[in-house]
Amino acid sequence: MSPNAEINKLLESGYEAGFVTDIESDTLPPGLNEEVIRTISKRKNEPEWLLEWRLAAYRRWLEMDYPEWAHLDYPEVDFNKVSYFSAPKSMKDRPKSLDEVDPELLRTYEKLGIPLHEQEMLAGVQNPVAVDAVFDSVSVGTTFRKQLEEAGVIFCSISEAVHSHPELVKKYLGSVVPQGDNFYAALNSAVFSDGSFVYIPKGVRCPMELSTYFRINEQNTGQFERTLIIADEGSHVSYLEGCTAPMRDENQLHAAVVELVALPGANIKYSTVQNWYPGDEEGRGGIYNFVTKRGVCFDNAKISWTQVETGSAITWKYPSVILRGDNSIGEFYSVALTRHKQQADTGTKMIHLGKNTKSTIVSKGISASKSSNVYRGLVRIGPGAENARNFTQCDSMLIGDTCAAHTFPYIESRNPTAVIEHEATTSKVSEDQLFLCQSRGLDPEKAVSMIVNGFCKEVFQELPMEFAVEARALLEISLEGAVG
Amino acid sequence: MLDIQNLHATVEEKDILKGLTLKVNPGEVHAIMGPNGSGKSTLTNVIAGREGYEVKEGQLNFEGQDLTELSPEERARAGIFLAFQYPVEIPGVSNMEFLRASLEEVRAAQGKEPYDAVTLLRKTREACQQVDLDQAFLKRGVNEGFSGGEKKRNEIMQMLLLEPKLALLDETDSGLDIDALQVVAKGVNSLRSPDRAIVLVTHYQRLLDFIVPDFVHVLSNGRIVKTGGKELALELEEKGYGWITGEEA
Repeated sequence: MSPNAEINKLLESGYEAGFVTDIESDTLPPGLNEEVIRTISKRKNEPEWLLEWRLAAYRRWLEMDYPEWAHLDYPEVDFNKVSYFSAPKSMKDRPKSLDEVDPELLRTYEKLGIPLHEQEMLAGVQNPVAVDAVFDSVSVGTTFRKQLEEAGVIFCSISEAVHSHPELVKKYLGSVVPQGDNFYAALNSAVFSDGSFVYIPKGVRCPMELSTYFRINEQNTGQFERTLIIADEGSHVSYLEGCTAPMRDENQLHAAVVELVALPGANIKYSTVQNWYPGDEEGRGGIYNFVTKRGVCFDNAKISWTQVETGSAITWKYPSVILRGDNSIGEFYSVALTRHKQQADTGTKMIHLGKNTKSTIVSKGISASKSSNVYRGLVRIGPGAENARNFTQCDSMLIGDTCAAHTFPYIESRNPTAVIEHEATTSKVSEDQLFLCQSRGLDPEKAVSMIVNGFCKEVFQELPMEFAVEARALLEISLEGAVG
Repeated sequence: MLDIQNLHATVEEKDILKGLTLKVNPGEVHAIMGPNGSGKSTLTNVIAGREGYEVKEGQLNFEGQDLTELSPEERARAGIFLAFQYPVEIPGVSNMEFLRASLEEVRAAQGKEPYDAVTLLRKTREACQQVDLDQAFLKRGVNEGFSGGEKKRNEIMQMLLLEPKLALLDETDSGLDIDALQVVAKGVNSLRSPDRAIVLVTHYQRLLDFIVPDFVHVLSNGRIVKTGGKELALELEEKGYGWITGEEA
């Protein structure tokens, strides 16, 4: 077997989160029109202003063109074949506490390694992590709410926040990603179902990691979650996001919006391990992941995005930071691994508006099999951004010889005091590297995993401890397979 | 230990080894010399099992086992070590991490307990000292940004830790200054023992001043055309290869 055939064999591996939960769901029929939006809003018992906000977004969306600029090749999505709302039936009378949640749902998260039992987590050696679990269109439960409340932290589903903290939602929803920002953000604004809401009060350091775990289960259902995180002055929060979906032959749509607001002196760390079903070797099935993630930093604030992306058939995602305040800092650390026929077009935007703003971008793209991996990044320095600094490092690694890697860096500077650095490399897991490892006793599977992990080291260092372990394991699973 | 009979091997369909016979017993040091293109590096790569180096005919046995049936990692676990002519870099994977993984695999295959963290640290530090490498190299990526000499010393360091039964050194002397050459030779000599064999592939006689071989073989056109003692190397140094190979050197 040639080395490339060997590597390819390594990459034909299973997807461990691919099971389907057998649960009765209440799903809206496919199709999108104003009536559907009114129904979603009504089901969620929303106030009038939010319905109007959704309808305004929908009207904007209708006038928008389907985006085709990304380096992605897939059939146009038929938005009338998607169902825009699905909730497990047992969630209709919202359970008051986790004890009342359908055990089948709890088992799903257990199977995925996401414990929703607080006692178990507290008994464990790990630091407790508060979890909001979103299943299809609804949040099924949020853990550790009491402990968080004591610290003044609000962590709940966004549907709940609409009722319990309408003033915060009204003020900040759409403040970072406006309704008409882009095609998918507009769609999300019209039909978003659930997601997480976080508010950290002034000067509070959130006592534990917060995390949301997204799961798409129902067939032909899109997931349109909306996450809003507000860190008030001088506060700190670290937030983790994980995602999986069953293996299905059809493509499923996921169009999320995440908005982060870092008020003066606040610090938000947002980490994602995205493991949506990527489709099979032939490119059948998998999630279409069109996500808008953006944060705004006020004076002396900092936002750091870290993402490890191994899933989805199509990824279209550019977590960005608007450095609006002086001395604010934006960071983006990314590992994107594509295999089979996965296509990823991902990167970041750093918009420097304030003085002495700094941004760092470290992107590691790994492509294998017949996949395509694109880094697309924008660094923009506004005229008022005196002494802005950016450092970008963009590395691509190719495994085998049938994959592709592309880099599209855009740099726009309107201030002569700016310093912008860009470094890019492309490398290949070479036969020589593989042979060196083998001749030291390592099998090819371990060797590839070690080489890829080494390549991603700088990004993994940025992840919270337990997440880093998970990310490494995920890469290993994504790269493993039967060795002949 | 190593028993090669009438070995024919190709690289990318090209015949390189054409009926090579070589027997190496435990405790012996063999030097393989010969002009460029004679097949020296092919021989070590065939023994270590590199992809694309195909055995077409003949026997390649190690301790009674047919090596052609083993993958490169199985050969390593059986106790064969190849010190590379051009060691590659593996960025981001620390030398220490690499050594730990390698030692674990090789020792497990040989029924030995893995080193505990303290022993491993002590052993690796000692090995660094032996080849005159700063301990800081343990934390750096495998060969990442190392100079040519540092890469070669790093190979010898790995060899010292893995304690192979059969060490193959592929032009380990090339590109080394005299000081580095002595360091490398000292490392190799420290491994000499009655139950271990060493095969040195070299173009120049100068390495053999420091690692004195029991046998010197001249390889030409894919075969061993002359075998002698250490004095043969000196003769080659003086006269070149032409008088043996029948070609102008």
